[in-house]
Amino acid sequence: MAEITLEDIIKPENLVYEKTRLMTDKELSYCPGCGHGTAHRITMEVIDELGLEENTIGVAPVGCSVLAYEFMNIDMTQAAHGRAPAVATGIKRVWPDKIVFTYEGDGDLAAIGTGETIHACNRGEKIVIIFINNGIYGMTGGQMAPTTLPGMKSSTSPYGRDVETMGNPLKITELVAQLPGTYFVTRQAVHTPAAVRKAKKAIRKAFENQRDNKPGVSFVEIVSNCNSGWKMTPIDANNWMVENMFPYYPMGDIKVDGVMVK
Amino acid sequence: MGELKLMKGNEAMAEAAIRAGADAYFGYPITPQSEVIEYLMAEKPFERTGMVVLQAESEVAAINMVYGAGGSGKRVMTSSSSPGVSLKQEGLSYIAGSEIPCLYANVVRGGPGLGTIQPSQADYFQSVKGGGHGDYKQIVLAPASVQEMADFVKLGFDLAFKYRIAVLILSDGVIGQMMEKVELFDQVPRMTDAEIKEKYPWATTGKAKGTERRIITSLDLDSLKMEKHNHHLQAKYKLITENEVRFELIGCEDAEYMFVAYGSSARIAQKAMQMARKKGIKVGLLRLITLFPFPTKQIQTLCDQGIKGFLAVEMSAGQMVEDVQLSVNGRAKVAHYGRFGGIVHSPEEVELALEQILIGG
Repeated sequence: MAEITLEDIIKPENLVYEKTRLMTDKELSYCPGCGHGTAHRITMEVIDELGLEENTIGVAPVGCSVLAYEFMNIDMTQAAHGRAPAVATGIKRVWPDKIVFTYEGDGDLAAIGTGETIHACNRGEKIVIIFINNGIYGMTGGQMAPTTLPGMKSSTSPYGRDVETMGNPLKITELVAQLPGTYFVTRQAVHTPAAVRKAKKAIRKAFENQRDNKPGVSFVEIVSNCNSGWKMTPIDANNWMVENMFPYYPMGDIKVDGVMVK
Repeated sequence: MGELKLMKGNEAMAEAAIRAGADAYFGYPITPQSEVIEYLMAEKPFERTGMVVLQAESEVAAINMVYGAGGSGKRVMTSSSSPGVSLKQEGLSYIAGSEIPCLYANVVRGGPGLGTIQPSQADYFQSVKGGGHGDYKQIVLAPASVQEMADFVKLGFDLAFKYRIAVLILSDGVIGQMMEKVELFDQVPRMTDAEIKEKYPWATTGKAKGTERRIITSLDLDSLKMEKHNHHLQAKYKLITENEVRFELIGCEDAEYMFVAYGSSARIAQKAMQMARKKGIKVGLLRLITLFPFPTKQIQTLCDQGIKGFLAVEMSAGQMVEDVQLSVNGRAKVAHYGRFGGIVHSPEEVELALEQILIGG
């Protein structure tokens, strides 16, 4: 039997996977095992597949993903902590034909940016909001977030989140779904290939909604792990996420085409 | 001759925004400047020129809408009054760092805190020294009439885009609320999207295939690069200092003393000047139009000409007077006079201060 060489294998017809065209060559700053890289990739794949590269402006505020502009190879605006929905509103209102999206973490969107989030959703801004919820402040080193689970330890809740004094985790996605200004609200994850496919489908729907000028915000939450902040291995973190985060933050569509899902 | 109208300062500024070809106004109500957004909403510029007018949920959101829209190359503005402008400082620092051109107005009221809704000039430090964090400057224009409330909108947009900088119209409750005759300039057409893309290649308007993406950011985790960026900003501020100083000299040909004032205080000082001259006191007025850049060289020239003393007249406990002192640098006497906390000084009080604090003090 003839020997098979690399040249025999590396052929266009054998291609099963390639680097996302709209990601830069810059090394990701995210920790190994973090969900951000996958969420970035599927977001940029959707923009590429829908042919929106030349028409899209992204907004990434403070948090782990503040450096998203280093990786997403389209026009990007970095925003102050929590202000992305206001920044995106400003862009979308003066460029109504452009596609505008924000990419925010939970500390950003559900704590310091709650006002901007609620009001952009309430006004029904025709933007996409991608919300990465890992239940912790990752970039600053693992402090308690509004989404941190009851009893969950963090550097500012070292004995676990005490709901008596620290409040309960905020389900902001369910909250914005109540507003008439949201058109599509869904919760996804990116920890398995099946979940990634579903999440990508949801992100595609969100961008299609905006492209088709549907009324209101398309809001995609992605529950993700933060193995560094949670102080677990990536695999343990994903298992912990499935066992603990998913019951509190259940997967699936909450509102589709402006109608609440039963 | 342009259209003549009797208008409030706030209304003139709003009308001027439409006529200057502004693309958007994002604002939040606060006394004594709510007429700006009220006028715009009633006037419906979205039908006249296509200009967007949006009432934001907060001062913070309004300045961030300006940040986003300005970063995409559009001519955008906001306005507020002192407590609201304090809330905008975070956004203004980001705007400075990201070099976003924009225009905003502060119709100043008395502070600190919620203070009063009456006029004041106590936001000078915040305006010219950088109210937010970091080393930055913004161009500060000080209108002294309803006419200038209109004219400085056009000038402000031009300067904002010339230097990619925030321009502040630092008004006060007097100028914002009073009615005067104003000659309105003719409508300037809004720039087309194609013109914006061609003229402002730095703006986030969507990345054409095969071109470099545009990034609006104030962040660089590499401190050496951030220091370089700061040097670039400082060079820009130096250029502005060299080229954009604006002021007016009134009655200074034979002057021995000078009032230094801006905004409504300049008008009061001008009246005090007339009163003093009737008494034989040779006093002139240096009316500041730009507060940053400050007319340091002009004050030094006045020192060269033998001016014996400068009286800084401002509705504050003494803020602008510090820049006068720095410019005079010990070569003449410098004093301050002003009522504050919402009280407007009278010409009589200012004239008396000239005699008692500057000349006799």
